[in-house]
Formats: sequence, structure tokens, C-alpha cells
Amino acid sequence: MLNYETHEYDVLVIGAGGAGLRAAIEASATRLSVGLVCKSLLGKAHTVMAEGGIAAALANVDRRDDWKVHFTDTMRGGQYVNNWRMAELHAKEAPACVRELEAWGALFDRTPDGRILQRNFGGHKYPRLAHVGDRTGLEMIRTLQDHGIHQGIEAHMECTVVTLLKDDGRVVGAFGYDRERGRFRVFRAKAVVLGTGGVGRAYKITSNSWEYTGDGHSLAYHAGADLMDMEFVQFHPTGMVWPPSVRGILVTEGVRGEGGVLRNREGRRFMFDDIPELYRNQTSDNEEEGWRYTQGDPDARRPPELLTRDHVARCIVREIKEGRGSPHDGVFLDIAWIKDRLPTAEEHIRRKLPSMYHQFKQLAGIDITKEAMEVGPTTHYVMGGIRVDADTQMSNVAGLFAAGECAAGLHGANRLGGNSLSDLLVFGKRAGRYAAEFAMENGAGAIDETQIESTAAWALRYFESNGSAPSEAENPYRVQADLQDTMQDLVGIVRTESDLRKGVEALRHLAERAQRVSVQGNREYNAGWHTAMDLRHLMTVSEAIALAALERKESRGAHFREDYPDKDENEARDSIIVRRGPDGEMRVTREALPATRADLQTIIEEMQ
Amino acid sequence: MVMATFKLWRGGRDAGRFEDYQTDITEGMVVLDAVHQIQAEQAQDLAVRWNCKAGKCGSCSAEVNGSPKLMCMTRCSDIPLDKPVTIEPMKAFPLIKDLVTDVSWNFQVKKRIKPFKPRQPDADDGTWRMAQADIDRVQEFRKCIECFLCQDVCHVLREHQMHDAFIGPRFFVYGASLEMHPLDVENRLGDLKDTDGIGYCNITKCCTKVCPEDITITDNAIIPLKERVVDEFYDPLQKLFRIFRPKR
Repeated sequence: MLNYETHEYDVLVIGAGGAGLRAAIEASATRLSVGLVCKSLLGKAHTVMAEGGIAAALANVDRRDDWKVHFTDTMRGGQYVNNWRMAELHAKEAPACVRELEAWGALFDRTPDGRILQRNFGGHKYPRLAHVGDRTGLEMIRTLQDHGIHQGIEAHMECTVVTLLKDDGRVVGAFGYDRERGRFRVFRAKAVVLGTGGVGRAYKITSNSWEYTGDGHSLAYHAGADLMDMEFVQFHPTGMVWPPSVRGILVTEGVRGEGGVLRNREGRRFMFDDIPELYRNQTSDNEEEGWRYTQGDPDARRPPELLTRDHVARCIVREIKEGRGSPHDGVFLDIAWIKDRLPTAEEHIRRKLPSMYHQFKQLAGIDITKEAMEVGPTTHYVMGGIRVDADTQMSNVAGLFAAGECAAGLHGANRLGGNSLSDLLVFGKRAGRYAAEFAMENGAGAIDETQIESTAAWALRYFESNGSAPSEAENPYRVQADLQDTMQDLVGIVRTESDLRKGVEALRHLAERAQRVSVQGNREYNAGWHTAMDLRHLMTVSEAIALAALERKESRGAHFREDYPDKDENEARDSIIVRRGPDGEMRVTREALPATRADLQTIIEEMQ
Repeated sequence: MVMATFKLWRGGRDAGRFEDYQTDITEGMVVLDAVHQIQAEQAQDLAVRWNCKAGKCGSCSAEVNGSPKLMCMTRCSDIPLDKPVTIEPMKAFPLIKDLVTDVSWNFQVKKRIKPFKPRQPDADDGTWRMAQADIDRVQEFRKCIECFLCQDVCHVLREHQMHDAFIGPRFFVYGASLEMHPLDVENRLGDLKDTDGIGYCNITKCCTKVCPEDITITDNAIIPLKERVVDEFYDPLQKLFRIFRPKR
């Protein structure tokens, strides 16, 4: 007889970053019982690393800003394959969500008249990001955490969900284990919200932590939910590149927002060389105007360093490929130069970018107030995810909701910086509200014991040799590293059909190796075992990304195909959907993108 | 590249010991990289907490050669590698396994502290006005990443194990961030004096020294809170006033 603890809730939230916490707070406001499960300790989720700010059209700094401009910026940044309804809701509701954080104790940087200060960011027409220096994510997660702990939410920290439990087509709970003792836990719930974040650990160079193994994507997929837009993986243009051990750690876009410029080894500001048509009217063509923009001149246009992330990342790759990169295969990001313009530059940099200053000083021995940084692209975010209803955030599986990075739609082919934190708040709140409504209308479902038994047997099999000879046993860390190499090399920033096909083939081979993984030690806090179990999620999302990337035969936003280097409006009519076939095989289909509502289309056209 | 020896604490609640591991150290590696390398190649089941690897989440706290550090921000080039490097778990909390301790007490303490309670909004649209100068000091406290190194090094917790009577530097910083928040109207001074045990702190500043976020814990948070407690409860003039003041 299998031994496990059972917990029962009306609403179960999986993931305790911004989206999960916000969903849990909203669901608990209805006085339903709410359980919150997270892989790490509370307050350590990836939201804590967000640096630049929360995008919301508060219009505190530039009065011309409103939800329509934010909506248009988001659609343009996403290259018009976003879900227009989500982009509308997001732009309209973000300001109230930011004010709500302030009412819960968040302390954003201030304008001279005492309001929330907003800063410039890539792709945003006006200064729009509410921020606290460059540690906005910490402020946000701590505010949600400190508010949430008084709302009666029951948190299960360091607990990992392995599978969702289903009853006749509906999700009715989750099965997982606690890291400390390795004991199994069953969570029964009337509704489940996924707020599990992204998939960055599928790549070798990433800004993401060990947790970002695509759990929510994979849990939902295996429960029958559709995944959408998986080909759109965001490579943030500026990650650290040196020393090797810190490769991939994020360097905030805020550096460029404060006036930082990108240069190649010849000292040339190469971002002026290639300004896309879609942004030509909004982008400055000289250094002087760009500088004035960063200093708040409302008549100046943004410098090309603040173009969207997909474009900046590709320009950096071009410089490196053509031999104009920095010594360690990056380019130079220089904020120190502003001392020519600002007498108090050093103090200003340390005040607006304190954690960048600290990070480079401590990890690379570089003083960013005096020297340029070396940066290069790093896997940062996945636009694709669980396909959800725009208003309720429910997936196509009844009782299963998703919000934040693990949900798809809002960002289209490319996410604008700052739109993630606001996404978490707006759609975390909505997911919580509608999951609570669903829980009120539906009773608890039946738990399928055989599903629990078979999953537990699968989990414990890693302690055996898995039927293979000991010499064939695979090390979980080795398989994970090889998977990361495969995705980095074959399904990375620049893609071709032949590479992608090789990638799919390599993933099949890795899946076989993953079967032979065996682990040492016992069930107590065993990182090797956890890594082995996470492999299943990583394999699932990697395959989904590779297959979707093969299917989209154009270049759009973050998805760049060298063999189809241009945009193709025929391709843009469809979303690429990945779903599980009846025999467990992964299927890729296309579905027409819904037409944008007429009034919103008019807004987009008016703001061209 | 040099070969270095790391003495890692291995074991759980009942029995533990140091074990030696040798691993290659290359340019720029931090202690957490070395631990991960050992984990992947030699000790698969090694328990260690980490997340961001950039000093932002406060997960990888441990004692490196006896000093409390974030492993992700401690460069191998800053410690002598010609002799073994010891890495052990924080001492102020019960051990779970290897480098991981049970820090759940901290989460319970926080729950006990009265939450933020704002004054009525300043503007009709439900918003407030605050000057940057008035929030600077609170923003310093809000930099805290909850690594609990200050708790680990505080002798009231570490040596005297007074977890029932003393909330520790982290939560004085938290208390200060609430008490000095320009919008907050709650009063926590009674709790600070009684249940939180602020009087036990004898300002040795050990916490300030280990803070990876450089928060001036003692001078900016604890001492001003102590002064407020003294003003409220021990000032003879204030006491006189209180006798004649109507009850709140």
C-alpha cells in the first residue's frame, strides 16, 4: 500500500512566483480554502530576479500615455500574433494592479511630486515601468508574499508536483513529493492554477534557475491541455558572458534605459546600422537625440539600443558572427560613458542600477561606473505556453487554469520588457478569481488511485537500475547537460530546418537515455532524484519547442529561421498548437488566429 | 585551472561528517559552481539550496571556511585554495541534510508580526504621495533577500538558541521597514519590546558585517527601533504624559 499525505483545498495553486501568489491571494479573498505549492522556499521564485520594472500606463511621467498606447506597443512588440483580448485586458488592468501593490506596502521610486516614478524600456513608447532601482522583482514578490501570508493561504514549500490528477476530463488535484523527506503528497482540489514560470533550463546559456524546467507546460500537456506559440523563446540580448561560470546571468535592460549603449570591438554603436521598418518612425537616428530620450525629453525618439529584445539579440549575434565581437564572444555594453554628460554619473549609476554594480563588481571584478560590460544573448523567457481563455485563464481542460509565463497569448512573438511583471499581476488575479468561481460551482472530483500508484512507481524506479545494466545507467545531470547543449546548438536563436530536424532526432535519443537514468542515495533531499524527475518536463517542452519551430516557416519576433528570413503574412494567420495525441505522441497543428476586434484594430492602425 | 579540495558537510539530522572532494577550479568560478560540479560528478544526492546564482534570492547561504556567505557571490579566487575549503550548513537552524537547514522558524516569526496597515489614501483616485527622501531609508531595509545569514551569525540565536524570545536581526529590519514606512499606521513597539525581545540585542553588529546586501542593520534598523521602544516605555516624562493622556 502506497504511503502518502492528502491535503484538500477548494483551489490549489502550483507555483509561488508573482502569478501564483497573486492568484492565491485573489482566490483566498473569496474565503475558499487555498493551497499553494512551490518548489523552493517562499519568496525565492524567479520573480525575485526581475530587475527593470512593471509596465503600466499610469501616465505619471508622461501624460500622453494610456492603455491604448500600451496595448499598441504590446501588439507591435509581439508582431501582431498576440491574443488581442489578453493584450487589451493587460493594458487596461495593469495600472490598478500596480496601485494595489502600493496599498499592500510596496515602495516604488518616486517622481518629484511624490507619485510612482516610471522609466523607459525597450518597445515602450513612453516611460512606463514602475520600478525600485533594479530590484523591482524583489519588491513585488516580497510585497505579495508578506500580504499573502495573512490571507489564510496554506503554503507547501519545497514541494514538487509530478502529475495532475484527472477525473473524467477534469483536473481534480495534483500528486507530488516534498523535497525534505521525499514523501509523496496528494492534493485534492476543485480547481488548479498553474503559475510555474518558464523553460529556460532547456538551454545551456540561460538567466533561469534550476526550477525553470517547464513543469507547468508539461503537467498541462500531459493532462490534455493545448500548448501554443512554443516556437517563441525569448533570448534576452544582454546576459553576462565572462567569466564562464556566470555566463547567462541577466544584465537588466534598465542599463540601456538609463543611457547605456552597445558597441562592437571597433567602438561602433552598431544598433544604428539596422532599424526595422516597423520602428523607424519611433527610433532616433543620431546619438544626441537618443541621449535626450533617456534623459526624459518628451520630443526625442528612443535610441536603437531600446528596440525590442528579439531584434537587439539578433544584431548582437550578427556582430559576433562577423568578427566584431568583444574578446569573450559578446559585445560591449557601456554605461560608464555617461560621465561625459552627467557630473554625478558614478553616483547616479550606483543608485539606479545598484544590483548591476554589485553583480559585476563581485562576479567579474568590473566597475561598471568606469568600464564597459561584456554581454551576449541568454535564454530568458518563453512567450509560448498553455493555451488559455483570455478572460478566465482556463485551459481547454476543465478546472485547469494557468497564468504568467506558463500561459500563452499575451506576448505573441516577442515580449516587451516590463510586460512580464504586469502580466503576472493582471492574469494571476484573473486566474485566481475564475478558479475560485469554478470551485464554487463544481464539487470535488474523484481521485484515481491507479494514477497515483503508477506515478509513484515511476518516481521510485529511478532508485533501481531501471532494467538496464549498471554500466548503461545514466547520470541525471549528464543527460540534462546534453539536452541543454542540444537545444542551445540546434534550437537556439538562429534556426534552420536541417538543424531543427537534427535537434528533434537528438531529443529522441536523449529521451531513450532519460529512461536509463538511475540515481544514488535515498529519498531525502536528493537533488539527483529531483533532477531525474524534472527531465520528463524538460524533454516534453524541448520537443514542443523544436516541433513548433519546424512548423513555423517564417521569421517573426523571437523565432528566426535562416532558411525563411522574412515575415510571411500567410504564416502569421495561424497559431501553432502542440497537443498530446491518443497514443501519447506529440502532435503539431495549426489554428487560425482570431481576428482583432474592429475598435482595437482601428487603434493599432491609428498609432502606426 | 587548479585542483582544490573541498570539505563538505554530509549527512542528516542523526549523523554527519566532513567529506573531502577534489575538483578543478577555473577562472571566475564561485563556491556554488564548485559545489555544483562536485554534485554532478561525484555526489549526485548532495543537498544544497540555490536559485538565482546572482545574489538576488538569498537561497545558497552557508558557512565557507567558517564565515557566513552566499555561495553564489563568493569567488574561489578570493579564498585560499592551497588548503581544503570547508563548507558547512548554517548553525543557527536545525539541519535537514548536507548544506540544507530547516529555516521554517523564520517564516513563522514573520507571520506573527503585525502586517502593513496604510493610512487613508491621499488622493481621490486612491493613491498616495510620498517624497523619495522619505522612503530612502525604508528602501534600504527592503533590499533584504532573506538569506538569513544575519540570523545565523547572531549569538542570541546561534549560541543562546533563544528562538522563542527573540526574532533576530532579519525581523528587526522587517519591523523597521514597517514602522518607518511613511504610510503605515500600525504600532508594533509593544511587540518589539515584549514578544520580539529587542532588548536582547547588545549591538555587536555581527549581523551588519555579514549582510550580503550591505544593509546597515544595527545602526539604521535596530538602534532606532530600540530608541523608539525606550521613548515609548521607559521615558519618565513620557510616562507622566501617559498617565494624564486619555487611553487610545
